[in-house]
Amino acid sequence: MRKILVTLLFLLFGTSAFADCNIKSGSINILANDFPALRTFVETSKQCKGSADFKVTHSSEHNKIAVPALTANPSEFSARIAANSSIVPLMNQDLIRPLDDLVKKYGKGIQDSQLITIDGKVMAVAFMANTQHLYYREDVLKDLGIAVPKTYEEVVAASEKIRASGKMQYPYAAAYKAGWNLAEEFVNMFIGHGGEFFKAGGAQPNINNAKGVATLNMLKKLSELSNPDYLTHDSEAIKVEWESGNVALMTLWASRSGTLLDDEGDPNITKATKLTGPATVGGGNIPAATLWWDGFTLAKNRSDADAEATFRALAHAASNKKMVADAADQAVWLVEGFVPGPKSIGVIEAVKMGAKPYPMLPQMGLMHGALGSEIVEFLQGKESAEQALKDVEAAYISKAKEQGFL
Amino acid sequence: MGIKSPLTQNLMPNKTFFWFFLPTGLAMILFIGLPIISTGIQSFYAQHDQVVKEVKKCDPFGCTVSIVVDNEETTKLREAKPLGKFNGFGTYVDRNHLAIDEIKKFWNETENFGAFVDQVTNLPFYKALIFTLTYCLFVTPNVLLLGFIIALSLNAVARKIRGPLIFGTILPMIVTPLVGSLVLFWMIDSQGIIGANIQNLMNDPYLSLKSSKTLTWITIIIYGIWHHSPFAFVVFYAALQTVPQEPVEAAIIDGASRFQRIKHIVLPHIYPVVTFVALISLMDNFRVFEPIIGFSAEGSAQSLSWLIYDNLVNEEVILFGSAAATSMMTIVGIAILLAPVLIRTWKEFKTAR
Repeated sequence: MRKILVTLLFLLFGTSAFADCNIKSGSINILANDFPALRTFVETSKQCKGSADFKVTHSSEHNKIAVPALTANPSEFSARIAANSSIVPLMNQDLIRPLDDLVKKYGKGIQDSQLITIDGKVMAVAFMANTQHLYYREDVLKDLGIAVPKTYEEVVAASEKIRASGKMQYPYAAAYKAGWNLAEEFVNMFIGHGGEFFKAGGAQPNINNAKGVATLNMLKKLSELSNPDYLTHDSEAIKVEWESGNVALMTLWASRSGTLLDDEGDPNITKATKLTGPATVGGGNIPAATLWWDGFTLAKNRSDADAEATFRALAHAASNKKMVADAADQAVWLVEGFVPGPKSIGVIEAVKMGAKPYPMLPQMGLMHGALGSEIVEFLQGKESAEQALKDVEAAYISKAKEQGFL
Repeated sequence: MGIKSPLTQNLMPNKTFFWFFLPTGLAMILFIGLPIISTGIQSFYAQHDQVVKEVKKCDPFGCTVSIVVDNEETTKLREAKPLGKFNGFGTYVDRNHLAIDEIKKFWNETENFGAFVDQVTNLPFYKALIFTLTYCLFVTPNVLLLGFIIALSLNAVARKIRGPLIFGTILPMIVTPLVGSLVLFWMIDSQGIIGANIQNLMNDPYLSLKSSKTLTWITIIIYGIWHHSPFAFVVFYAALQTVPQEPVEAAIIDGASRFQRIKHIVLPHIYPVVTFVALISLMDNFRVFEPIIGFSAEGSAQSLSWLIYDNLVNEEVILFGSAAATSMMTIVGIAILLAPVLIRTWKEFKTAR
């Protein structure tokens, strides 16, 4: 009797959870980055696919595929999970559709704060927030009597102290891999110094100044406290360094905290791994970090039926209270009903401290690209900070001219 | 069948050759010729001037007023001129390519030649060109030499064990370049088997093969030699099988040493093959790309092919014009590099007739 009751309850619960999405037709094909929270999100949307065709591509190379795949008509993907920076090329090329009608019709559970509106039109629906912040080894800091650093100057001092104690040779880590990652660290540090990348009201670069030099000098100080192979280290590599116990202070994405704190690896290191907000720098009061959102966009070059089916499936996940409760550890969800856990400290602190979002400007990708390759020689000690910044501006100007921004 | 007139006898082979060559020729035009022409045309165009407008943007972190690309206006421009804005050689001479203006400026501003060279090699195109040429100059001769030595030694071992030995020797060529370089990348890590042993050997715990530019270049060059030698070996080994035995035996009777036999009989015999391998190697090496990705060496070593890749995928805004211009210059570069060998082969071909 009890069994039957439980089964009945399950059935009831099940039907009520799937009540909203009774998708009859259409085909859904999603392009997304590859990290646990996004996998959870896509899996949740799959639950309500109904009789629609459902495909997904998770790839860390998503940025390279997105524009060509969405330019095709019909587009390869019906949806693209994008972020602040990756929505820009889609906007520049006019590849995504406004979602106002669909939000009105099917977006009941989506909160207003989740909507990304540009020029009054909803272009994306965000579901999680991300940032880079500090991680520290409580045991190491305690042993040496070091307070948890709040500024990058304190991070440098603490790392020097750890190195001097002989505990660790390279106590600091951040994703300094030449290219996108290194440029992202520059962006964070430059914003922390209060820098603006472009001269007001235009696309003229504005980084060859005292703030740019201070940014580079701080990056160099930190790189000297990192593993000498830092120019080849991305987020995954520094995560491995951390789990091997080689590092006591690290700047890493909030979305990686889940895998850092899981049961795999040395339990002593996992136990001593603590999270704190992003550090400030150079006496500034906003953190040297950028805020990111992850959200979904729909391809323009795809039939309305496919767009509708895709929206309904993704909206189901973007308003799913059960998902955010079950996967509270994986991300800082922007979905209603999310209760922040200990792994969300980084993002919440960043928001409290007034961190700025990553600049959503049409020409920012070119600046990011120029930074990634031109500041390497400064870090290697082969040229001065001023020369490196001059190179960045020159490389950016050539590219921006070719793209018609200047 | 009657006897053909001398005229038709002369024409027929040409005609046969034409029909034999036609399918290949068509495929070449379709898959090699047309893409090159299209790339060439692309390289003369830049994007239209961007029409931007100020709008209000709202996201979970708040609202700001900032700019976006005005899609309506852009679509109109694109429909009028789909290829973009004609730029002539503008992309070729800009700072990220040949940098003519910058070089002039450096020439006038710098005091000595060393400083001038420093400034020029700081430009992305020249930086990449120098690495590419260095790689070619070190890898090609070493590949030829190593391939030849392996072929000679394998030719001298007993037939029974030759098969497995040959298989072992060509393994580096079978392994996908990216996988091969990744394996080596992990081995030279400061905690990897090679990296850790070198640290022990040099007694320097801070030695890192990946952090120094010079050591990264050396690693990539050694990898290149390791990867390309089997190709030279296979071709040389096949050629060695055609060396006639009579003159070799005669030379042995005359008391010629092994070295003399190789120098005076084997090498002249396989000389055309050496030229062929040198040509192919030079072409391959000039397009060096995979090891840079495999070794995550973007910071220290950039090649021309890597620049093209970078323009196409590394940035969220794709730079077709830049990539096309670099591609065209790579083709010109290969042509210049091959010219001496080609001219020589052509001359020999003429005299042989």
